[in-house]
Amino acid sequence: MNIAVAIDTVPQDTPPSVSETGPAPKRVVVAYGFWIFLLSDIIMFAALFASYAVLVRSTAGGPGGAQLFNQVTVAIETVCLLVSSYTCGLMSLAINSRYRLGTYLGAILTFALGAAFLTLEIREFADMIARGATPERSAFLSAFFTLVGCHGLHVTLGLIWLVVMMVQVAAMGFVPAVERRLLCFSLFWHALDIVWVGLFTVVYLMGVSP
Amino acid sequence: MTDTRHERAPGDRPSREMHASAPSEFLVYTIGLIVALLLTATSFWAANTTLLWTGGVFLGLAVLAIAQMGIHLVFFLHITTGPESTNNVLALAFGVLIVFVVVAGSMWIMADMNQNMLMPSAEPTIMRMQH
Repeated sequence: MNIAVAIDTVPQDTPPSVSETGPAPKRVVVAYGFWIFLLSDIIMFAALFASYAVLVRSTAGGPGGAQLFNQVTVAIETVCLLVSSYTCGLMSLAINSRYRLGTYLGAILTFALGAAFLTLEIREFADMIARGATPERSAFLSAFFTLVGCHGLHVTLGLIWLVVMMVQVAAMGFVPAVERRLLCFSLFWHALDIVWVGLFTVVYLMGVSP
Repeated sequence: MTDTRHERAPGDRPSREMHASAPSEFLVYTIGLIVALLLTATSFWAANTTLLWTGGVFLGLAVLAIAQMGIHLVFFLHITTGPESTNNVLALAFGVLIVFVVVAGSMWIMADMNQNMLMPSAEPTIMRMQH
C-alpha cells in the first residue's frame, strides 16, 4: 500500500523482532517448502524449453510446427486452463471461509476444465501420431512431445491430487493438515498455468508465425 | 491463521486487518482473470495478424507472455513486494535467474556451436588452396 497507510498502521509499541517471535507457523513453512519445489519444477521445464528451442528447426524433412498445430484447439485449451486456475482461486476462498459446498463446487469446476484441457491435448497428440508425426520422426517432434507431454503429465497428476483432496475434505473436514495440502494444491495448479503461458507462446504461437 | 509478524505463506492473501482498504479476494481473482484473458487474446491476435511487422511479433509475444506470467503471480499467487513475503520473492528471483541462465545459455551456446560446425566442411577447401 502507499506510505500514508503504512504509517497509519504502524503499531504504537514496537513489534517483537524475528528472533523473539519463534518459529513460523507450520502453514507458512509447508507452503514455502512447496514454493521451492515448484520453482525447481519450473527450472526443469526451463531445461525442456531450452532443448525445444534448440531443436525446433531440426525437423529432418518431417512436418514442422506450422503444418501440425491447430490454433483453435490451442486457444480453447488455453481458456480452459486459465478459467480452471480462476475457479481454483475461488475454491481457496471457499476453503478460507470454511464453506464446504463452495469448495466442492470450485473443485468440480476446476476438475472439469482441467479434464477438458487434457482431453483436447490427448486428441491433438493422437491426431498428430495418426498423421505420422510421432516422437521418433524428428528431433523437433521428440522435444515437442517431451515438453508438452511433461506439462500434460503434471495436469494429470494435479487432477488425481484434486480428487484425493476432495475425499480428504469429505472424510476429515477442514482440519489444518487438509488446509495446508489444499494450499499446496492451489499453488501447484497456478504454477501449471504459468508454465502453460510460456508453452503456448513459445511452442504454438512462435512456431506457427513465420 | 497468518501472523503478520511472520513471513506470509506463498498463495495466501495479505491479512485484511493490515490493509483495510484492500479489495475483496473475489475481485482480485476476477481482475486477474479478465486481464489474463485480454493478454491471451492479444497474443493469439498478434501471432495471426498480417498488420504487424513480422520481425516485431516475436518480441511482442515474448513481452505479452512475461506480462501474463506477472499477472498470474500477482493476482492468483498473491506475490507482493510487502516485507512479509520477502522470502517468497527472493526464492522466485533466484528461480527466474536460473531459468534465464538455462534457456539463454543453451540457445547461445548451441547457436555458437552450429556456426563452428561449419568449419570442417570449409577446412578442406582452405587446405587445397595452400597446396
